[in-house]
Amino acid sequence: MQKNSNLIHFAIRYGFLLLLAGLVLYFSIFAPGFAGPRSAVFVFQSVAITGILALGVTCTLVVDGFDLSIGSVATSALMMSAYFMVILEQPAWVAVLACLAMGAFVGLVNGLLIVKMRVPDLLATLGMMFLLIGLQRIPTEGRSISTGMALPGGGNAEGTFSAAFLWLGRHRFDFFLEKLIPVPVIIFVLLGVLIWIFLHLTRHGRLMYAIGSNERASELAGANVQGYKIAAYMISGVTASIGGILLAARLGRGDVASGNNLLLDSVAAALIGFAVLGAAKPNAFGTAVGAIFVGILLQGLTMMNAPYYTQDFVKGAVLVVALVFTFALSGRKRGSGH
Amino acid sequence: MNTIVCKVSGLEKAFGPNRVLRNIDLELPSGQVTVLMGANGAGKSTLVKVLCGVHEPDTGQITLFDQPFTPHSPRDAFAKGVVTVHQSINDGVAPDLDVASNLMIDRLTESRGFFLSDRALRREARKIAEAMQLGLDVRAPVSSLGVADRQMIAIARAMVREPKVLILDEPTSSLSAAESERLFTLIDRLRATGVAILYISHRRSDIQRIADRIVSMRDGRIAGVFEETPLDYEGAVTAMLGHAMTDVPVRPTAPGAPVLHIENLSMQPGGPAINLTAHKNEVIAVTGLLGSGKSRLASILFGLEKPAIGRLTLNGAPYAPANPAEAIRAGVHFSPKDRASNGVVPEFDITNNLTLPFLKNFSRLSMLGRGGQRAATRSMIETLGVVCQGETDGIGTLSGGNQQKVMVGRWLSQPCALLVLDEPFQGVDIKARRDIGEHIRQTAGQRATIVFVAEIDEALEIADRIVVLNEQALVGEHKNENIELATLMAQISGRSEAILGA
Repeated sequence: MQKNSNLIHFAIRYGFLLLLAGLVLYFSIFAPGFAGPRSAVFVFQSVAITGILALGVTCTLVVDGFDLSIGSVATSALMMSAYFMVILEQPAWVAVLACLAMGAFVGLVNGLLIVKMRVPDLLATLGMMFLLIGLQRIPTEGRSISTGMALPGGGNAEGTFSAAFLWLGRHRFDFFLEKLIPVPVIIFVLLGVLIWIFLHLTRHGRLMYAIGSNERASELAGANVQGYKIAAYMISGVTASIGGILLAARLGRGDVASGNNLLLDSVAAALIGFAVLGAAKPNAFGTAVGAIFVGILLQGLTMMNAPYYTQDFVKGAVLVVALVFTFALSGRKRGSGH
Repeated sequence: MNTIVCKVSGLEKAFGPNRVLRNIDLELPSGQVTVLMGANGAGKSTLVKVLCGVHEPDTGQITLFDQPFTPHSPRDAFAKGVVTVHQSINDGVAPDLDVASNLMIDRLTESRGFFLSDRALRREARKIAEAMQLGLDVRAPVSSLGVADRQMIAIARAMVREPKVLILDEPTSSLSAAESERLFTLIDRLRATGVAILYISHRRSDIQRIADRIVSMRDGRIAGVFEETPLDYEGAVTAMLGHAMTDVPVRPTAPGAPVLHIENLSMQPGGPAINLTAHKNEVIAVTGLLGSGKSRLASILFGLEKPAIGRLTLNGAPYAPANPAEAIRAGVHFSPKDRASNGVVPEFDITNNLTLPFLKNFSRLSMLGRGGQRAATRSMIETLGVVCQGETDGIGTLSGGNQQKVMVGRWLSQPCALLVLDEPFQGVDIKARRDIGEHIRQTAGQRATIVFVAEIDEALEIADRIVVLNEQALVGEHKNENIELATLMAQISGRSEAILGA
């Protein structure tokens, strides 16, 4: 009996990481070319942007909220940076700052809708998502932005994506091998560490978890519940805009059609993260592992010639398994505690 | 002699080690209103939940017209003729629907057809409304109606089934006097039709108006049944609160400098004015029945509510906190009642729960110092005798009494000017109660302390001074020395109505 419960405990805590290790081993043996630094970096690169968005949504999950607008904030940032550089002919830093400010502002509006207007989080951010999807198309009359495009007022767009901006998405740092690690991967890892520190080591993070667990008790303990909730949505908005900037820098054009999958993929990564180390709650490390898990699985399957249209199915399956891990298994653990 | 509609015998119910109902015997005669009284945690609501099919009893029998009655769900109890109207009225009505749909909602769940005939629905509903003399337009949406009308609808709907037993859980707690009177008229009519009514309330006026019998509960037992006219209300309250003298002698200490002044405070516009001064080195117990204004006063002290009029001063400075954070900064610590919803952060361990309001004290540049947190927690665990493996145990692994120690310890761990404890002994066994009480008294010299308790024993165990609230008025003040319990009881139950009339 004791042994049995230890086993369950072990499975809850390390099951997901073991599964990850097993996957890596399996693909290394059966998918030629999977094992190797270039392939590993490719995995990281493929999940960097969704991972960054997922870290933001993790913060809103921590305060027991949810942000459905991240995908559209990212695509808005993508279009906005292109618009600033190509049509308004602004330098890269202006475009980047404007996008970050936009992300923070959208987060602020989300937060105010939720805490002041008392709109339920899912509905408020769903509304914001729609609004942004529409808004980002208005300035260009629904077209993608690229250098030389015809302007609505006549004439052609003269601006270009500056080299400094493209560097953000395309530059690769030397790391043992020449031109190995792309900038987005570094930003992803950096943001992951920062948000992990914020959530786990600072008193602000601790209070945010307290708010997510028992809002009323936290308020009675003197926590600024409304402030922290708004802050969580602002973090989410800013990280989403960072994701959008990196996407723009990688594509080199303001493409209206890109970024369709960002919302679902990043939410999935954050939810898969619940299962990592048996946390059963949103956490930055789990979110990063969740994103990488999906990346590895897709990379491996692609190398073993799985067709692209099976990808969403695989992601969905991983998510469902992770949720069972989180809720069924650890629910049993908690239930026996009474 | 009235026939006994429902008979409960030898009923027992325990949740884990906590025996909530012990050997309950209860009879509900037809055509009579039986009032059930009991303090918080006496087991009233559990008894109601057993009767209406939410909980199953561990042992004991319930019979309905001499047939065994074992409801396995509220629906089942309902179908067998036991109907309950719960305290929270909004559980009983669907506010977005109109009156007719609300009255007929039970028909909707069991009707055979697929399509609804609104006209037929309204016709039926109008019949019920007339029979009940509701005087409402059945097409009005329930959201446009007041609390009293909603209550009437919930009861009228219950009556559609011609119940044998009607249970009303504190139905007047949110009604005005005129609204209550409408409810009582309805109850009078139901009584005349022979329904057995179980009516849960503390309000003296309600009970005098409506009760045929009073049953008092205390600590999960029936503490007294009062059937002779005139009904012995005092006796029922005494039985409910218990008058066993405390065996913890309290020697009142000399109060120090005044800390908190409450001046001419009224909780509601036009309500009675309260004046009270809390001193350093003094523990004041504020006691009174449910609805006496205890919780309201506690909320005002912690910035959760605003008084209608009146002034608070703390250490000479005006004190009007806008929220708990301001109250804490001003040096007021507040341990709320009902720890599960207002205190415990279930996902945290003991350390994080205990240090939650004071994380700032344990962090530098916002980075938490886990070592300091744990050391502070360890010392509090030791002082209060929290039974646990260590300070990193999850709060959920502790028993209720130990969780409560952590909640009180949270606010004792840092010095403060005024400590307010709302029902600190709620759901706590006698041992934990003594431990907490002892520590509060030991450390009382550093601050002023106000404790809100419904149980008179607890007040006697902990206070230097006992203050009685009734209907939001301060009706009694006693130094905790040779208190005449009869007077105290009378004030709690509101016999000194002369004050209210003023």
